[in-house]
Amino acid sequence: MRGLANREPGPRQTMYSNKVIDHGTPARTAPATVSLQIDGVTVTVPVGTSVMRAAVEAGRKVPKLCATDSLEAFGSCRLCLVEIEGRRGYPASCTTPCEPGMKVKTQSKKLADLRRGVMELYISDHPLDCLTCPANGNCELQDMAGVVGLREVRYGYEGENHLVQAKDASNPYFTFDATKCIVCSRCVRACEEVQGTFALTVQGRGFDSKIASGPTNFLDSECVSCGACVQACPTATLMEKSIAEQGQPDRVVDTTCAYCGVGCSFRAEMKGNDVVRMVPHKDGKANHGHSCVKGRFAWGYATHPDRVKKPMIRSKITDPWREVTWDEAIAYAASEIRRIQGKYGVASVGGITSSRCTNEETYLVQKLVRAAFGNNNVDTCARVCHSPTGYGLKTTLGESAGTQDFDSVDDTDCVIVIGANPTDAHPVFASRMKRRLRGDTSRPGAGLIVIDPRRIDLVRTPHVEADFHLQLQPGTNVAVLNALAHVVVTEGLAKDDYVRERCDLGDFAKWKAFIALPKNSPEALEKVTGVPAASIRGAARLYATAKNGAIYYGLGVTEHSQGSTTVMGIANLAMVTGNIGRPGVGVNPLRGQNNVQGSCDMGSFPHELPGYRHVSDPAVRALFGTAWGVPIQDEPGLRIPNMFDAAIDGSFKALYVQGEDIAQSDPDTRHVQHALESLECLIVQDIFVNETAKYAHVFLPGSSFLEKDGTFTNAERRINRVRKVMPPLAGLGDWEATMALAKALGYPMHYDHPSQIMDEIARLTPTFTGVSYEKLDRLGSIQWPCNDKAPEGTPVMHEQEFVRGKGKFVITDYVATPERTSQRFPLILTTGRILSQYNVGAQTRRTQNTAWHAADVLEIHPHDAEQRGIQDGDAVSVVSRKGDTTLRAVLSERMQPGVVYTTFHHPESGANVVTTENSDWATNCPEYKVTAVQVVAHAKKSEWQREFDDFADRQESLLPKGALKGEAR
Amino acid sequence: MDGKKLVKMANEIAAFFAAEPDRRAALEGVASHVKRFWEPRMRRELFVCFDAGGDGMSPVLLETLAAHRATLEPAKK
Repeated sequence: MRGLANREPGPRQTMYSNKVIDHGTPARTAPATVSLQIDGVTVTVPVGTSVMRAAVEAGRKVPKLCATDSLEAFGSCRLCLVEIEGRRGYPASCTTPCEPGMKVKTQSKKLADLRRGVMELYISDHPLDCLTCPANGNCELQDMAGVVGLREVRYGYEGENHLVQAKDASNPYFTFDATKCIVCSRCVRACEEVQGTFALTVQGRGFDSKIASGPTNFLDSECVSCGACVQACPTATLMEKSIAEQGQPDRVVDTTCAYCGVGCSFRAEMKGNDVVRMVPHKDGKANHGHSCVKGRFAWGYATHPDRVKKPMIRSKITDPWREVTWDEAIAYAASEIRRIQGKYGVASVGGITSSRCTNEETYLVQKLVRAAFGNNNVDTCARVCHSPTGYGLKTTLGESAGTQDFDSVDDTDCVIVIGANPTDAHPVFASRMKRRLRGDTSRPGAGLIVIDPRRIDLVRTPHVEADFHLQLQPGTNVAVLNALAHVVVTEGLAKDDYVRERCDLGDFAKWKAFIALPKNSPEALEKVTGVPAASIRGAARLYATAKNGAIYYGLGVTEHSQGSTTVMGIANLAMVTGNIGRPGVGVNPLRGQNNVQGSCDMGSFPHELPGYRHVSDPAVRALFGTAWGVPIQDEPGLRIPNMFDAAIDGSFKALYVQGEDIAQSDPDTRHVQHALESLECLIVQDIFVNETAKYAHVFLPGSSFLEKDGTFTNAERRINRVRKVMPPLAGLGDWEATMALAKALGYPMHYDHPSQIMDEIARLTPTFTGVSYEKLDRLGSIQWPCNDKAPEGTPVMHEQEFVRGKGKFVITDYVATPERTSQRFPLILTTGRILSQYNVGAQTRRTQNTAWHAADVLEIHPHDAEQRGIQDGDAVSVVSRKGDTTLRAVLSERMQPGVVYTTFHHPESGANVVTTENSDWATNCPEYKVTAVQVVAHAKKSEWQREFDDFADRQESLLPKGALKGEAR
Repeated sequence: MDGKKLVKMANEIAAFFAAEPDRRAALEGVASHVKRFWEPRMRRELFVCFDAGGDGMSPVLLETLAAHRATLEPAKK
């Protein structure tokens, strides 16, 4: 899957060619090689390489239909036959491994006759509508007919055939046209091998065999719409509707997906300035040619009619918006900032950087706050997701980032997934993980321990079953981790040599004494966690004795009152078992948004300058102070929740928010609304009038990832290029708007191109010294740290020693969350995400992904439902100490009784009306995952929801007529 | 700033460091954390609560604020 040879030479934006080199079968990585001759050309390849792939290496292409290099060879189409000296017959080159000294002929009269005969059969049962077929210009069947020189079909077209069948257009993004199917099974194998969903099968035998997606159609099947089958299909059988409607592209630009933290590389296929298709990039090192329903298909939001194209201002949020020029909007925003600072003090204003924007844009916003606002009141959405990761990993290991690359999972023998739901939230990486969990002919699958209150899909999915599902009570992560570590230490499973060599022994001794205390035993904690002690002991042994054990975690770890403690508990567990510092192991936070790692790296936290350096360090302040020409404040600024409190208190009056919807995403909605209403100037920069913008005084239209150059940094610290494929719809990229605001504030910034911003970041940040656009273009992507010590980046961190020197064990005492169930609120509500929607849904709700998730629902256990007289589909009221909201109930046994679950993808659901102000002790990351609630049958909308409807209607009426349709509700 | 909320947050920080067996190190841990992560107006308000009797403050927090007042209290506005 390395596919380095696939890279096209020259600039990354080339005239479109659909002839991406397909080696036919996957690359092999064995160190040993074999040499053979193909048509007289000697070629040397790794052991296990197919003759078909070796032929491509030798510059020969053997005709093929059922083979493609993303899938293991199948050998069914009989087109790739070759002759091998000394062997009888005509073996299929895809399934024949290379042997030393082999002499292969790829072309002869006999081979030509055989291949033509095969093609003749295929074409006798295929519609001859090539000119009007959507695959015209990009059809392998058509290509092969040409390659083999098919000139006639002697059988005629009148016999029994498959030419009259209904097209399945149920999926919003692609069609399945069985009349064009050659039953090569590439789609079936892609669904199995690449995606790991096993939704497709070949039904029937011989002439009757056909591809089936389930009993009815694609939409109602197990299909997750990842696009792997569409990608693999050599004909027009599985075809994007966008191509059918718009035709084949004429140019292609390599770029990076703007959805989750996996950061998949894509080829944006274009016609003029219109995207016609997004195709996962085979050379993308995060995704290796795979994709999910969001990145592959749900990009239509970028040109949705709701996009705002003109800046707007108003003096009160009850006033109508007035469309103005960029100059007027910027001048008004700057004058308000300065007026407010004059009246309330320098520290009365702040900014929020966007984890959806580029590194360069994020860097500029924090620079604007620190240099032009003159304070450190800057924060980012990581506050509400992975800030505990930053704190916990910096404290224990010395760097605020995950330790591995995604490829590392191929080398693992035991996976712990804690508080993460990769198949929904990080689907492309989940496919990779599932492949390792399934194992293959050479190795059994890796062990799997899932620690989650819900029975997530990974617990039991085709050919994957968790060895242990520790179904804990929400809020008891630390207790479970302590119990696991207790078993490791007291059963003699600790890697003492590793600890002695790599870790601080004083800290270790204290920690060891703590963790060995009887109160941390699985038996003692069973009552708290709800997890049987025997399961904890079994899981601890499995992880500790595996050759390579790897921990993957998500927001189910961080979004708790003990989020940072849990992260440190994970680091303790990895260190004591020697599982950090090589491929196959590590501590792997699955970051949420596309650039949340990057926004943290770029100094978005109020206490840290770029590169995670504290503002109290005089040397660091001097470095930035000199480069930026202004003194840097030495005290930490306000974090997002502190900004809200200070706004209500009256000491914080203006906020510049780039690409973040705090009114929907942050907990305790009424409190957030109160804070936003308390501001005298709220500047929102976004591509849509989001929930926050309804409280704004200045609206600056944002630019999508398709409209600017820049970089995103994914969960594996990989810096990927984002490339402009169309001009900004509102005229300015987000970085340009920030520069305009800085200039109006009397602090001009001088950049002609985002590459110059990256150059400045590299000059000022030791972990980025070696990063440049030139190098990114050359290497494709770079994992930081990238500097003199690691000129091409760092796939695995802490290899020789920890970044902080000696690894630090931290005592992680379990402290129960202040949020308790009671007679009034007997259930625990926990929140999460689903595959087809993304975060607050501002993007995905404006795509046809709503076909899968049109509304947020409340998942409730049948037992809890029955006690309350609730039927599946009933409207129910979810009430907490903070507020209430009405949702539809879905009965589900994925949670244990006593736990209910919902998502926050739709604003009117009001999930965060219910969540509390409790937060992680170290970082103030909100505790979204534990809220005590009661659920009662209730058909009416809640008071908040009625207010929400009224407010949304009123705000919509204040928008300029015809400027935009307004939020689709 | 809401003093009650700040006391709750500070108590949670103190609860984490209270597990440290060396009391002096525990107090230093709490102080260093508050100094490094709390914006001055939050620290100022915390001392207002402390001076008003420290209502609801845990023993570790009270000891920390007494022992580390000089470093934690921001300069007067």
